Amino acid sequence: MVSSRKKLSMKAQRNIVGYIFVAPALLFFVIFVLIPLVLSLVLSFFQTDMFFMDMEFIRLDNFKRVFQDSLFWRSIVNILLYTLMAVPLNVICSLVLASLVNTRLSGAKVFRVLFYLPSITSSVAASTVWLWLMNPSYGLLNNILNAIGLPSATWLSHSKTALASVTLITVWQGVGSNMIIFLAALQNMPAQVYEAAKLDGAGPITVFFRMTVPLIAPTMYFILTMTLIGAFQLYDQVYVLTSGGPANSTLTPVYLIWQNSFGDNAGPQAGYAAAQSFVLFVIIMLVTVLVRRFDRDNSK
Amino acid sequence: MENTKILAPSSPEAKREHRRKLGKKIASRALLYIVLILCALVMVLPFYWSIITSFRPKEEILKLPVTWFPSRFTLEHYAYVFETIPFWEMLGNSLFTTCVGLFTNLFFGSLAAYAFSKIRFTGHKVIFNILLSSMMIPGVITLIPTFFVLLRFPLAGGNNLFGQGGIGFYDNLAAVILPGAIGVYGIFFMRQFFASLPDDMAESARMDGANEFIIYFRIYLPLVVPGLLTLGIFTFQSGWNNFMWPNIVLQSPENQLLTMAFKFFKTPTQVDYGPLMAVSLLMSVPILILYIFMQRYFVQGVALGGVKD
Repeated sequence: MVSSRKKLSMKAQRNIVGYIFVAPALLFFVIFVLIPLVLSLVLSFFQTDMFFMDMEFIRLDNFKRVFQDSLFWRSIVNILLYTLMAVPLNVICSLVLASLVNTRLSGAKVFRVLFYLPSITSSVAASTVWLWLMNPSYGLLNNILNAIGLPSATWLSHSKTALASVTLITVWQGVGSNMIIFLAALQNMPAQVYEAAKLDGAGPITVFFRMTVPLIAPTMYFILTMTLIGAFQLYDQVYVLTSGGPANSTLTPVYLIWQNSFGDNAGPQAGYAAAQSFVLFVIIMLVTVLVRRFDRDNSK
Repeated sequence: MENTKILAPSSPEAKREHRRKLGKKIASRALLYIVLILCALVMVLPFYWSIITSFRPKEEILKLPVTWFPSRFTLEHYAYVFETIPFWEMLGNSLFTTCVGLFTNLFFGSLAAYAFSKIRFTGHKVIFNILLSSMMIPGVITLIPTFFVLLRFPLAGGNNLFGQGGIGFYDNLAAVILPGAIGVYGIFFMRQFFASLPDDMAESARMDGANEFIIYFRIYLPLVVPGLLTLGIFTFQSGWNNFMWPNIVLQSPENQLLTMAFKFFKTPTQVDYGPLMAVSLLMSVPILILYIFMQRYFVQGVALGGVKD
């Protein structure tokens, strides 16, 4: 009797200590994740400015407006185009780089360090540097092009090339960290499998596509999802490089949402921007689920 | 490899075969090096160009033809940066927000991770899974509502108990620190480290009547120091490079962070490239120094974050 009560109290004591230990984390989770998640929908039903002074309940008007807002859908088209360019390019380049440095070659480590270098600096610092490199007349890139006999490119200054230029910059900055993740996956792979393949006379390209790619599929899926979610939220680079221009060609949804809620001439559109965020959130989730389904079908 | 070695001296045919194979190997090695060096050039050239530009005399920056070296080195752009912006205040703000966030994430994150892994209180699995699933939520959805929460925070910045009347944490460094103070990622990350340690150390310490916090702090925490370092680097990096959120919640010049400093040299109508490169380098120096000395932990953080389970 005494011992069972003691056991019970020990269990209760354990629970109390456990809850105390996770309490700070849970409190912050509730305040800065759960409540904002609920609020994201609630605010979408109001017309209000960024300081939420006069909040007027306008039911579904914000959502109706989102669906008629050509600028918003322009930004969605932009981000889909950007994602279609940036994500495959990023994944392919980082996988190739990881395979290249995954050797016992002397100096492989130095290359790893150099390839990861762009990933550690801020997107803001990197963007300012590329803004300078891509300057149409005095930038290094056009001068290199001219020096080898090619015509100048318009880079960020023309609506036809701006989004592709932004893509180049984000891929340049993003491949390093994905390379490291791929590298970790490659190094976890059993060496015997490779030796067996070599004995069977398989060439490096066959080995890569027939063995490496299937074996690192889970990592590939992880990288694909994370890069995708990140790509859909492009903002810093657009802020520094183009402000969404020229002619809205680099206007991204997050930049538009920021403009509507916190930008210089935001006005009473914070509620509307919340509705835009919600629609964007749904789109991102849909795409993520699609990728997951595609991934499952492929691995079957 | 061994095969070719044995065959090599035996017959002229085998010798030729050996030489062919060796030549092929050297050629593929050389090709690999050339590809690697080209990639490295692409990765490093922007750094070189920004450094060179930041030390180039003003009149030489917008001059053709472009030259690979400046005609003379000058510190005028750095001097201009220090004249134009409250650099030390901004550096202080960046250091303060990043370091406070670093401490809270490491301490409270590992505390919760320890509880999830070693205390196993009722419901620990469910709660952990809820936290974990929130990691997939794109941050944009909470952008405006988090601003609302900080603005209407009870009893902050002149607010009353119901969050009315003041500006809450707006234009306050706390607005940068609080939303990321205890990240779910840190809990998830540290839990993997605690899970790899045996439970019986805790059990025998409990038998001896040791306080649970002491068990966490004295027995387990010293064993997960590599994890703390890795998470620390990761947290520092993302805090230091953070731009979007500080740019929304901070207003006054003396409250700005280093990542926002570029705005002083790039207006919609004019870009001042010399000082712009100087300020970009200045904001990157702390993280670059950290990278040089703790390179291993940078790489580990990324690698471990990507390997699931």
